[in-house]
Parts: sequence; structure tokens; C-alpha cells
Amino acid sequence: MVRTVMMGATVQGLTGGALIGLGAAMLLLVHGRIAGISGILGRAVDTDGGRTVRLGFLAGLIVTGAILAALQSSAFGAGVRGAPALAIAGVLVGIGTTLGNGCTSGHGVCGISRRSPRSIVAVLTFMLTAALTVALVGAHA
Amino acid sequence: MKTFMFAALAGALFAAGLVVGGMTIPAKVTGFLDVGGAWDPQLAFVMAGAVAVYAAFLRIIRRRAAPLLDARFHWPSERTIDARLVCGASVFGVGWGLSGYCPGHALASLTAGAPSALVFVVAMIGGMAITRVLDPARR
Repeated sequence: MVRTVMMGATVQGLTGGALIGLGAAMLLLVHGRIAGISGILGRAVDTDGGRTVRLGFLAGLIVTGAILAALQSSAFGAGVRGAPALAIAGVLVGIGTTLGNGCTSGHGVCGISRRSPRSIVAVLTFMLTAALTVALVGAHA
Repeated sequence: MKTFMFAALAGALFAAGLVVGGMTIPAKVTGFLDVGGAWDPQLAFVMAGAVAVYAAFLRIIRRRAAPLLDARFHWPSERTIDARLVCGASVFGVGWGLSGYCPGHALASLTAGAPSALVFVVAMIGGMAITRVLDPARR
């Protein structure tokens, strides 16, 4: 039983990851851009020639998420904390990804694949502080 | 219009991957980070799958002189590992660990159930805007 659940999680994880990799690869092949979500959001309306790509990507991400949430709400978990803590977390993520130029997608998926030393340092750093945070405050409220 | 549609398709694949991989469940993310507790390894499989596929495509795409719908590739130009990178990543990690939301996951979850993701996203955009206004080195 436990074995079956573990297998399911492995297959789901790898399949989901492959789709993420495919979406990111498509953005690079078609548009020549790195699929870093924080950068795409932070610079969404900058006028550097990439605005249409960024707004298109964000629309696809948000609308697909909304459609899947309507079809299968159980695939979307509830927040692990109350609104005040989530607001603080949001501000920290906004500041951190802007200063550090990336998050789990840009530094994580794309940066590690490119073997970027900057991204590898960033990923190790945010994994460490995230794990320390969970160790301090717990995995949920 | 073509540019917008192809980019939207890439975003759609990305969102579908997050959902299939279970990464739209914040408890799965904090569970992965909870190394001393009830550790949930699923995020590692998602990351492995994503890196394997992206790295494979990267080898092929890199041979091209230009992408399909742009004149050139927009590779990241930053090379230096500095305090700014480490501080930024540290602060991001604290917010990520506290909430279990990373930017992509939160955007894909905007309309799902309780307003948790919405609160997070509004605050995140605020944090980005403040940093960009106050940061003299912003790009």
C-alpha cells in the first residue's frame, strides 16, 4: 500500500516535471527566453520587446490553472497558513526574487539545466533558508 | 498574436505540469522542506523530471542561431555571485518555506478555492514593485 502510494507520487512527480520542462523548453525554442516566473511577472509590462511573450505566458499559466481548478479542485491544496502570514511570505518572495533574479523555475529548472554557477548557488541558498524556516515554524500553522 | 498564443501554450504546459506533479498543493512543498519531519520527496521528482527534459532540449536548441519567433536568444547576462544574489535567494527561501508558494504555483492557483493564493500574489507583486523602485541597480 505504502509502496503503491510512493510509486504514484514518483510517476506523478516525474510526469509533472516533464511537462514543466517542456513548457520552459518551448519558451526558449520559440521566443528565446528563460522561463523564470518571478522575472516574467516582475517585468511583465516592461517595454523591452518581450512584453507580448510575458503577458502570453502569464495568461496561459493563470487561465490553465483556473480551468484545472474548476475541473479538479482537489489538485489544489489549501493555504498552509492564515492570510497575514501569507501576505508576509508574499512580500518576502517578491523582494527576494527581485534581488536574487529568480525563483524555483528560473534558477531551479532553467539555471540548473544550464549549469549556471549563479543559479546553483541561489538554489542551494533558498533550499537551505526554506528548510530552516519550516524547521522553525513547522510545515503548516 | 502568434507570439502571444505560443507563449500562452508554453504557460499552459507549465501550469499543467505543476498540477500533475502535485505542486499546486502547498502542504506538499512545505512537506518536502520538512526534512526533519514527515518528509515528502515528490518535489524532488518534479525537479528531476523538469531538469531532465529541459536540459535535453537545451542541447538541441543551443545549436540554433536564433529562436523561431525572435531575432536572438535572451540569455541571462549576469555572471557574478554576489551578496545581492545570496541575500535575495535567502529572503525568497524564507517566504517560500513559510507559505509553500513559489511564484508559478501561486499564479496557477489564483482562482482555486480560498483566497490564499490571491493574498500571496498581491503581496508578492507589492514586494517586487517596492524592490524595483528602491533598488538603484535595478535592471
